[in-house]
Amino acid sequence: MDVKKNSDDLIIAGRTFNSRLFIGTGKFSSSAVMDRAIIASGTEMITVALRRVDLDNPADDLLNAIMKHEKIQLLPNTSGARDADEALRLARLAREMGCGNWIKLEVTPDPRYLLPDPVETLIAAEKMVKEGFIVLPYINADPILAKRLEEAGTATVMPLGSPIGSNRGIKTEENIRIIIELATVPVVVDAGLGMPSHAAHAMEMGADAVLVNTAIASAHEPVSMAAAFKLGVEAGRAAFSSGKTVETLTAHPSSPLTGFLRD
Amino acid sequence: MFDELYAHHTWETVKELIYGCNEQDVQHALSAESLSPEEMAALFSPASDPFLETMAVKSSHITRMRFGNIIQLYAPLYISNECTNSCVYCGFNRNNDIKRMTLTLDQVVDEANLLYERGFRHVLLLTGEHRKAVPVSFLGEIAEHIHRKFASVSIEVYPMETDEYRYMSQRGIDGLTLYQETYNREIYSEVHPAGKKKDFLWRLTGPDRGGMAGFRKIGIAPLLGLADWRVEGYFTALHALYLSKTYWRSHIQISFPRLRKAPGGFHPPVEISDYALTHLICVMRIILPDAGLVLSTREPEYIRDNVMSLGITMMSAGSRTEPGGYTRPGLADNQFSIEDSRSPEEMCRVIRGHGLDPVWKDWDRDFIS
Repeated sequence: MDVKKNSDDLIIAGRTFNSRLFIGTGKFSSSAVMDRAIIASGTEMITVALRRVDLDNPADDLLNAIMKHEKIQLLPNTSGARDADEALRLARLAREMGCGNWIKLEVTPDPRYLLPDPVETLIAAEKMVKEGFIVLPYINADPILAKRLEEAGTATVMPLGSPIGSNRGIKTEENIRIIIELATVPVVVDAGLGMPSHAAHAMEMGADAVLVNTAIASAHEPVSMAAAFKLGVEAGRAAFSSGKTVETLTAHPSSPLTGFLRD
Repeated sequence: MFDELYAHHTWETVKELIYGCNEQDVQHALSAESLSPEEMAALFSPASDPFLETMAVKSSHITRMRFGNIIQLYAPLYISNECTNSCVYCGFNRNNDIKRMTLTLDQVVDEANLLYERGFRHVLLLTGEHRKAVPVSFLGEIAEHIHRKFASVSIEVYPMETDEYRYMSQRGIDGLTLYQETYNREIYSEVHPAGKKKDFLWRLTGPDRGGMAGFRKIGIAPLLGLADWRVEGYFTALHALYLSKTYWRSHIQISFPRLRKAPGGFHPPVEISDYALTHLICVMRIILPDAGLVLSTREPEYIRDNVMSLGITMMSAGSRTEPGGYTRPGLADNQFSIEDSRSPEEMCRVIRGHGLDPVWKDWDRDFIS
């Protein structure tokens, strides 16, 4: 039996998470709103773009706003990096700065759709793992790339549902299904989840967690949207753990049409 | 390069295309997922004027989804006001009798330090066009110094060769801003009567050279007030779309500089209303959902406060447009007078008051080794 179904703890790199909702930080209107959204979401993993952190300034506002929450795993990300070298440089700096060794690897050379570069991501992941980082790579929903990253020693894989900030839901469903089926590391669906129902969908499919930024930060009421996503994730996870019934194209009447044969 | 695409368009045919659009074309364009040239033209057309509110709602929504609730701040740093051109609208016109100077490296560093203390982490270096007063090597030296401190350093200087841009990039410059001023070739010739700037195509292909040199950000703009803003807007969008497809690793930015009074007594030939400016910003956002849209202190408080949430992603604050303006005011004359003189601190309060988060740093110098 699938170990994921035995216990509902999410474990990444030896650390247990009670929430399967990860949160991004880049788009909130103020750190006060972000604070309340973090609490409402119940999240224990928060990603922050290193390019937004003043690495020269130990009292950086954004970092402090996140670090003050207890039980939060800080997940610095390398967004803006165009190749493996740039991502590596940023990761090393973040570690030197005291941001820890967890890193959300993002190599997105195309500033329009912010789609991840599979080649550079794999190169960066291999190097980062060797340097002792706990690497959570953002990838397109490519099952083979996911396996290659897993072999390289990444802690998770994070396939996108649709492009960042698009709120279009899971458009890469078939490939995410395969990634989940083949994965031996947690699968975190990242990017494109616009509604709690999208998050629920990902969890029902068997994703181990989801990461949400835009849909919460850009909502009219980010705090209640964060709470709504928490519920969506929990509902989806509960449905998955309960053993989803199978979809069919034909009706199954509760009084079988051929029941007379058994009379 | 863009001159090839530009050669397929004349000002008159684009103008006809724009002015020939009707209400139905606009409605069609507003519901289209990706825009054809005709649909793009419809959004600039007079027929689209009654749809401004709809466009503003759409523009604002796209911006919040793509960029979040933030405005990124930057500051211009003028290195020199010496210039060999005679652009009729510009305070630095070589024929103007103004106090001129080129800062020394130490003076530039003083200016930069003050901007850093004020909170800025993104700085834009500017000069006139004077390769003797400000050679590429000097700009490189400045870049190396400034780059140690700031998250992002861009240049808005005379157009360079690809190799020179590459050199600037290697010295730590990550962004290039180069306004075409106008995409109307005849008007371009009239307002740029002398100097290297006379060469329309040299300037038009400047962003291409920057793209080839690998700049991470490429900024373009028309100077608003020289020609019909609808046609100018269309060409600007065309240029931006071309750049974003060709140099797909670079982030494209568009500014909306309305001409201001400058030393020399120039009066803009075309009036650009607040309405037109707002229209342009919203349409640019709809056409280019991912472009950085920049609004400087050229604009008065009233406009800046009201359009900042409609599509703008970058604003300057507390700017000076003369060399030495931050630490040694009065030593040199400015390029134009700014309209919004609020301090960066005050600007942050205003931005927050609009439900947006002022962001000082949205880049990292360590992207470039």
